[in-house]
Amino acid sequence: MTTIDNESNVVLATNTDFKVVGTRPVRHDGTDKVTGRALYGADYDASGLLHGKILRSPHAHALIKSVNTSKAESLDGVKAVVTASDFPQVADKTVELGEDDTKLEWLRDNILASDKALYGGHAIAGVAAANPHIAEEALKLIEVEYEVLPAVLTTQEAMADNASILHKSLTTQELGEDTGVVSNVASHFQHVKGDVSKGFAEADIVKEREFNTTTVHQGYIEPHNGTAFWSADGRLHVWCSTQGSFVVRDSLADLLDLPVSMVRVTPMEIGGAFGGKIPIYVEPVAALLSKKTGAPVKIVMSRKETFEGSGPTSGSYMKIKIGAKKDGTITAAHAWMAMEAGAYPGSPVGAAAQCVFATYDLENALIDGYDVVVNKPKTAAYRAPGAPNAAFGTEQVINELAEELQMDPIEFRLKNVAVEGTRRPDGPTFRRIGAKEVLEAMRDHPHYQSKKQEGQGRGVAIGFWFNIGFDSACNIAVNSDGTVNLTEGSTDIGGSRTSIAMQAAEVLGIPAEDVRPSVVDTDTVGFTAVTGGSRTTFATGWAAYEAAQDVKQQCLERAASIWDVDVDGLQMEDGVISSTADSELRMTLKELASQLGSSGGGISGSASVNPGGVGGSFAGNIADVSVDSDTGKVTVERFTCVQDAGKAIHPSYVEGQMQGGSVQGIGWALNEEYFMGDDGNMNNSSLLDYRMPTALDLPMIDTVIVEVANPGHPFGVRGVGEANIVPPTPTLANAIYDATGKRMTELPMSPGAILAAE
Amino acid sequence: MPGKTYVQTTINGEQVDFLCEPRQSLLECLRDVIGLTGTKEGCNDGNCGACTVNMDGRVVTACLVLGVEAEGANIETIEGVADGSNLHPLQLAFLENAALQCGICTPGFIVSSKALLEQNPDPTEHEIRFWLANNLCRCTGYDKIVRAVQDAAKRLQEA
Repeated sequence: MTTIDNESNVVLATNTDFKVVGTRPVRHDGTDKVTGRALYGADYDASGLLHGKILRSPHAHALIKSVNTSKAESLDGVKAVVTASDFPQVADKTVELGEDDTKLEWLRDNILASDKALYGGHAIAGVAAANPHIAEEALKLIEVEYEVLPAVLTTQEAMADNASILHKSLTTQELGEDTGVVSNVASHFQHVKGDVSKGFAEADIVKEREFNTTTVHQGYIEPHNGTAFWSADGRLHVWCSTQGSFVVRDSLADLLDLPVSMVRVTPMEIGGAFGGKIPIYVEPVAALLSKKTGAPVKIVMSRKETFEGSGPTSGSYMKIKIGAKKDGTITAAHAWMAMEAGAYPGSPVGAAAQCVFATYDLENALIDGYDVVVNKPKTAAYRAPGAPNAAFGTEQVINELAEELQMDPIEFRLKNVAVEGTRRPDGPTFRRIGAKEVLEAMRDHPHYQSKKQEGQGRGVAIGFWFNIGFDSACNIAVNSDGTVNLTEGSTDIGGSRTSIAMQAAEVLGIPAEDVRPSVVDTDTVGFTAVTGGSRTTFATGWAAYEAAQDVKQQCLERAASIWDVDVDGLQMEDGVISSTADSELRMTLKELASQLGSSGGGISGSASVNPGGVGGSFAGNIADVSVDSDTGKVTVERFTCVQDAGKAIHPSYVEGQMQGGSVQGIGWALNEEYFMGDDGNMNNSSLLDYRMPTALDLPMIDTVIVEVANPGHPFGVRGVGEANIVPPTPTLANAIYDATGKRMTELPMSPGAILAAE
Repeated sequence: MPGKTYVQTTINGEQVDFLCEPRQSLLECLRDVIGLTGTKEGCNDGNCGACTVNMDGRVVTACLVLGVEAEGANIETIEGVADGSNLHPLQLAFLENAALQCGICTPGFIVSSKALLEQNPDPTEHEIRFWLANNLCRCTGYDKIVRAVQDAAKRLQEA
């Protein structure tokens, strides 16, 4: 069934047998956010609050010979100064970071450098003072003696013979074995399926290209922030903007050598994140300063610090080779991908390898991945981390093959598309997926069916993100007025309170507005993993579903007890409890709620889940562009995003994810990059010079929500946060090629790059 | 330590007097001195628009105005947009069109859009995009924001 809400936003709904799921209620936290009442991390205040600032390295690679803080400490208004030596010295171990793990030593050194500064902007010391201006003045009084070392800024530089080495303790893991060789290559892994030599030999045509992408930032509008208060009772309380309050808690416990129960994290409203607010940066520094002063300490990053001292995503160097027969069957594919991890191991190359060929059913495939450290900030997740880089390569080579085979690029993709039962080169076999349905919706879309405008180019591409499950918890308590309070631990970046509440409402048969959702602190709800990996509406929604089922069952039992009948004959639908045997036995949830106190006490339910039925999501784009032949400027004239949501719980916020991801991809494709100077420092760390798309740079972003239900979720949800950023870079590259005949193999495709291209 | 200056202003229709240091921006004064935290800081150099306020009929980024420059000024912040408990049509339109995700840029967009609709009650899509080019949103791709402003314009005209 097709519902067209307006001609630009289409929902291809496959299951409309719901009362709440699939509707578009106003979000529960909306009024606070349009009136300025919502409290974000930087809005937190406490009596006796001190303000912290962080001193950062002006060098991209340097030994730290000494740090002298005495002059800073004696400045009027300064209350404390901390350096890496203030961390408790605990034995190194592996620590969980939400979506991956690292060594405690690396996590600690990234927060305050000990012996070496590894990137321009690397934190060296923290100051707490009566106000932020005094703290800033004090930074200038800290004396640091550096011995500057040569910096490596790209994978090519870092992998070269005789490259400057970041970590003397880092040896390359080669296909899982420690080589003992000290290098900037943390690891090389491989996925093999079939025999690529045989596959390429069977091909009638083979296309191979190299691709380069540069470092880009998530660009959330709210800088990192955190307030810490280390109470005299030994408990540490932190208020911050984070994607995962439990990750902050656990990381702080590891770094500060505390039991997790001695740390409480209250997530404030969060002003955008996109993966960048999974790691912690300022919170441990604020905690150390609070311990020294006995006062709450707040640290808020500047925009410059956010660019230079948080975690952008990887620049990458990739070689993609694909062969096909004349009939359009792909016979083999090889991806060689090296991705920048930043200063410590852990680039998204592993995730990229899971996505690079996921759209296609390949008999023979080989994927080589290299995780490479460079003198840039430690990378963090950014929306489908690694996948957009990979797709920039794959989806251009696919178009080149289609062109040479004189096949329509969507039909060529459909001929090779992965379906249920297809085994990905990295191992997993797909359950029900919607790659085919997304491509068909693209092909059938009025945009693709229309004649393109004179002088414009059109491009298409598709991308994949696997999505994750992980732990989520939810509590639901029935109020005496028949509404329910829902508490959950997933910080809400884009309306997830509502998409979670709607799933509970659907089970209970009550309006979404009758569920009151709250995101609560780590003392108040069970362990919940990060808001990331497109998992929140899927996994925390599942926890809400289970908790609501628990509440529903208790309501039935209570009604049975009130009516003195067997619970087996009772049902609850649309918020009404009734008996199949006796039509006189009928009571609304509201009526039951009003007599809970007199019938045995309150009702509440809870659930902790770690669902296994994760369903990956595919997203595809159609874009029309014009390219100014004098300036090289690309104008996106029309843009359509198609994505498989499984089931769109709240279609407006699914569309919002699709539109937002598309536009981040457009920015990545056309404008955004870290300009690194010869000294290894970032030269454009402001929102003037790091050019993100404005409203004026864009057309409307049309959407089609495809619903291929995920069999692993009660409502069919897949999770929609990420796949949408994967196709824009190759879509626009393919459109630019169509307009100009120029094959762009480097990002960004800025005006200068387009003019310079052959 | 620099001395403080006594500044008299009108904020959201009320007389508000405050003391500030010469180096403090209007943004810092609003947030940290007066306690109006609805105005947000995203960049502190005039490029993101999260701190947009209306000052004597002009939209300004509060981070680029010094607190002392606000002497005698009539300032409207996000906290003054609603009429008591009645939301402004722009606020309703942002809610009903899902024109916010994280919401950190929303106060700036609403203050900015309100000034647009006061000058131009029936703006085209291009005029909306041009006017809002000083406000960055990283979540929405602007599509639903443009629709919300169009919807609010319609609501205001029908009112």
